Amino acid sequence: MIWDWSYAWEVLPVLGDAAIVTIKATVVGYLFALVGGLILALMRRSPTRALAWPAAFLVEFVRSTPLLVQLFFLFFGLPELGIRLSPFATGVVGLGLHFSTYTSEVYRSGIDGVARGQWEGAKALNFSTYRCYRAVVLPQAIPPIVPVLGNYLLTMFKDSTLLSAIAVMELLQVAKILGSDTFRYMEPLTIVGVFFIVMSVVSATGISWLERKLNPRRSA
Amino acid sequence: MTDTAPHGDTPPSDTPMVRFEKVTKAFGDLTILDRFDLSVPRGEKLAVIGPSGSGKSTLLRVLMTLEPISGGVVEVGGEPLWHMDRGGKLVPANEAHLRKMRTKIGMVFQHFNLFPHMSALRNVTEAPIHVQGLDKAEALERGEALLREVGLGDKMDSKPAQLSGGQQQRVAIARALAMRPEIMLFDEVTSALDPELVGEVLAVIRDLASEQDLTMLIVTHQMGFANEICDRVCFLEGGHLVEEGPPEQIFHEPQQQRTKDFLKAVLEV
Ligand SMILES: Nc1ncnc2c1ncn2[C@@H]1O[C@H](COP(=O)(O)OP(=O)(O)OP(=O)(O)O)[C@@H](O)[C@H]1O
Ligand SMILES: [Mg+2]
Repeated sequence: MIWDWSYAWEVLPVLGDAAIVTIKATVVGYLFALVGGLILALMRRSPTRALAWPAAFLVEFVRSTPLLVQLFFLFFGLPELGIRLSPFATGVVGLGLHFSTYTSEVYRSGIDGVARGQWEGAKALNFSTYRCYRAVVLPQAIPPIVPVLGNYLLTMFKDSTLLSAIAVMELLQVAKILGSDTFRYMEPLTIVGVFFIVMSVVSATGISWLERKLNPRRSA
Repeated sequence: MTDTAPHGDTPPSDTPMVRFEKVTKAFGDLTILDRFDLSVPRGEKLAVIGPSGSGKSTLLRVLMTLEPISGGVVEVGGEPLWHMDRGGKLVPANEAHLRKMRTKIGMVFQHFNLFPHMSALRNVTEAPIHVQGLDKAEALERGEALLREVGLGDKMDSKPAQLSGGQQQRVAIARALAMRPEIMLFDEVTSALDPELVGEVLAVIRDLASEQDLTMLIVTHQMGFANEICDRVCFLEGGHLVEEGPPEQIFHEPQQQRTKDFLKAVLEV
């Protein structure tokens, strides 16, 4: 098979639209995972068992099943519970939830890394639990884990292609459709590959910039 | 002590500021405080001395509510610390009660425990603003005044890492004082310092000791300092109060053999 530039140019705008869907799903899912993971991590540390146990169960359960299974589960299961979401929304929830359980472990390691004396200092000043996390613990726990959290953005970009399985019109899905219409797969799939390379370079650059900004002493 | 009439909910002046009654503290099988009794009147400057592992830090940590007790009762200002009165019965304290009781107590740690991501001034103002609800201008004024008092008027914007150990410890003292506690706990606050920095921190504590109403519990290995500023010295060993008395007595004519042995060992070093 020979590379056909005119065909490549023809499909580019269509793939461009699909790329927007991929970016949206990944970024929204990532924000979901950043917030959800923090909530799960805090719940797991709570002395209240009614909070800690469900969070622990969810994390273990989600981490030990494949993302694709979870996506199918949400896609076919939610409507049966009377919850109707678009494929895109279902995909974002699935991605976000799945990666929340991973980021929750990252937050947990960050929080565990904060010295015991910091908690005691906060307690001696009579900080509430909220104030202790907000003012003392999280500002010290998060900067060191930024690179790891950032890596999940790259992973989520790649794993967002699984959303093609539940009919989200993201890049891989559109490339497949284009290919099956014309029997030319090489151009669309190559463009998809190049897109992911570009996105990973862009995110990696962003993350290392953020890392340098948050940990000024380390790079000095 | 002056005999002023009690007003408001201030307890009568003969109520001890701190009282331990048969307090037991155990970590698993290891009993650190064993039916421990101690009473500290308001305004007293009490030194706590004893060999390593005798439970001195544990004593202060129990008071700061960092370490729960296993038995007995601790009272602060006449009120139980680790318990609440529920219709005449003492039940374990909840977080709301502990938070109320903590307002009376401040603590300075061996390793400062300053918040490394905050300036000196913010270390001192964070709790007054967000715990006491003081408005920002007032908290800044209070914080700046305290930092000047401990000799750090020119270091307000420095981060802890930019300060010497002695300066950090002085910030930590100012930070605890900013909450206006009635009791200050000092746990070997000069032990982590280079010898040449000990004096500046002791000078701050010495100044503080001139405040009549402030109750101070000072765990220290600096016998000379304890002798100079404290009203009373307690010698702890094996979870018991072995001997207590005015510094002249403890340091010059201790009654108990164990106190003599300890002081002899310490003073020889
Ligand atoms: N969280 C804990 N778990 C188990 N054992 C502990 C804990 N904290 C303290 N201990 C033990 O309790 C004993 C008393 O400790 P504490 O720190 O009160 O002694 P100390 O008199 O302050 O000694 P030092 O002079 O070395 O500071 C020690 O044997 C210590 O190992
Ligand atoms: Mg100690």
